[in-house]
Amino acid sequence: MKQAELLIIGGGPAGLCAAISAASSGASVLVAERNKNLGGQLVKQTHMFFGSEKQYASTRGIDITGILLHELNKYKENVEIMTDTTIVGMFEDGVVTALHKEDNYFKIKPNAVVVATGAFEKALAFPNNDLPGIYGAGAVQTLMNVYGVKPGNKVLMVGAGNIGLIVSYQLMQAGVQVVAILDAAPKIGGYLVHASKIRRMGVPILTSHTVKKAIGKEFLEKAIVCQVDDKFNQVEGTEMEFDVDVMCISVGLTPLNELLSMRGCQMKYVPQLSGMVPLRNDNYETSIENVFAAGDTTGVEEASAAMVEGYLAGLCAAAKIGHMTDDFEERKNDYVKQLESLRSGPVGKHILSGIEQIVIKGEQYV
Amino acid sequence: MDENTIICRCSDVTLKEVRELIREGYVTFDEIKRITRIGMGPCQGKTCGQLVMREIANATGQNIKDVKFQTNRPPVVGVKLGLIAEEGRR
Repeated sequence: MKQAELLIIGGGPAGLCAAISAASSGASVLVAERNKNLGGQLVKQTHMFFGSEKQYASTRGIDITGILLHELNKYKENVEIMTDTTIVGMFEDGVVTALHKEDNYFKIKPNAVVVATGAFEKALAFPNNDLPGIYGAGAVQTLMNVYGVKPGNKVLMVGAGNIGLIVSYQLMQAGVQVVAILDAAPKIGGYLVHASKIRRMGVPILTSHTVKKAIGKEFLEKAIVCQVDDKFNQVEGTEMEFDVDVMCISVGLTPLNELLSMRGCQMKYVPQLSGMVPLRNDNYETSIENVFAAGDTTGVEEASAAMVEGYLAGLCAAAKIGHMTDDFEERKNDYVKQLESLRSGPVGKHILSGIEQIVIKGEQYV
Repeated sequence: MDENTIICRCSDVTLKEVRELIREGYVTFDEIKRITRIGMGPCQGKTCGQLVMREIANATGQNIKDVKFQTNRPPVVGVKLGLIAEEGRR
């Protein structure tokens, strides 16, 4: 059995920041990352970030991983990183099981855990949604920005949130035609600055529209779309046809919570946070003592918020297991203020109304 | 919607099958899982979960918040039995 003081599950923005914060507090940290590379979704984010300087605004997502790893490297005597390592189980006695590649299965007994497993793309049900050429937005971004592979020639983007808008723009940068962007909602979900840029390039954004069906024999050849009413029911007679070989589904993410759920953490379905999330206290500790969570797994938001949540959870987890730093309160307040400022806009207000439903106040979890 | 829409990519379960089971009175995720294997494939319900829960919510008049998902159990990805046995002997 492998011993670890603090196990961090997930090496994306939240996990890496939790590792930096905990290791700098003096805790010895083990980071388990399922993929070959660290950085999570940052590896495909070629665009520059918003937010403030503290969350690396004006830096490209792909470059943020390097900055975080450089920071983590300062505490390297406290840090062990295992890539290609999936945490496959969390048990009542605190034992965690891990699978490295496909041939090494072992147990870990950590004093505390930070779960930073991120989120998973939501699916959309429509006829022939299993045709080749129909991708999640994450897959399209991986193909283009990580592997340099063009996903196709003519794309219909389904979803006008920030991911849908940004991936549309990146497709156009790669020389791929985006024929239209749809969203079932009556309003564009993403930032107007992204939407305007895309509209100026001549791509229509059709709100209150959805996919009625995909058509194709061996692969996607056409998409039929139609309007939806205010209850999201399809409106007959409003069908439009697009000749496309790619449909990119970007209808949101949902927290990846299976480890927290199997560990027995109290969970709640909170629409504002995009799915099932763990109840937690102000220190990001769940209803199970010494099990912390941070980032999209506690509610889907942007990477900037995931990073600050990671710093905060890492700091608190380290303090909980005996590494309380002299500047603990000062650092904690700084992170809390950063989160407040990130959540000060209209989207933030929505997120906060979700967070209110999961934060447990009181002694029992502190 | 054409009911031959695939809801579960892992086990090729269609919307039609799910709706028929709901009509027959199988109105929990666990029951539908036991009959169709939905949620038991490589994705462990991450793709189909919310789609099935929404169908159950719509058919029974519940809010999706109140529809129970399946119990998550280890392992979250496939692990060879030999490896588990080996670790057990250590």
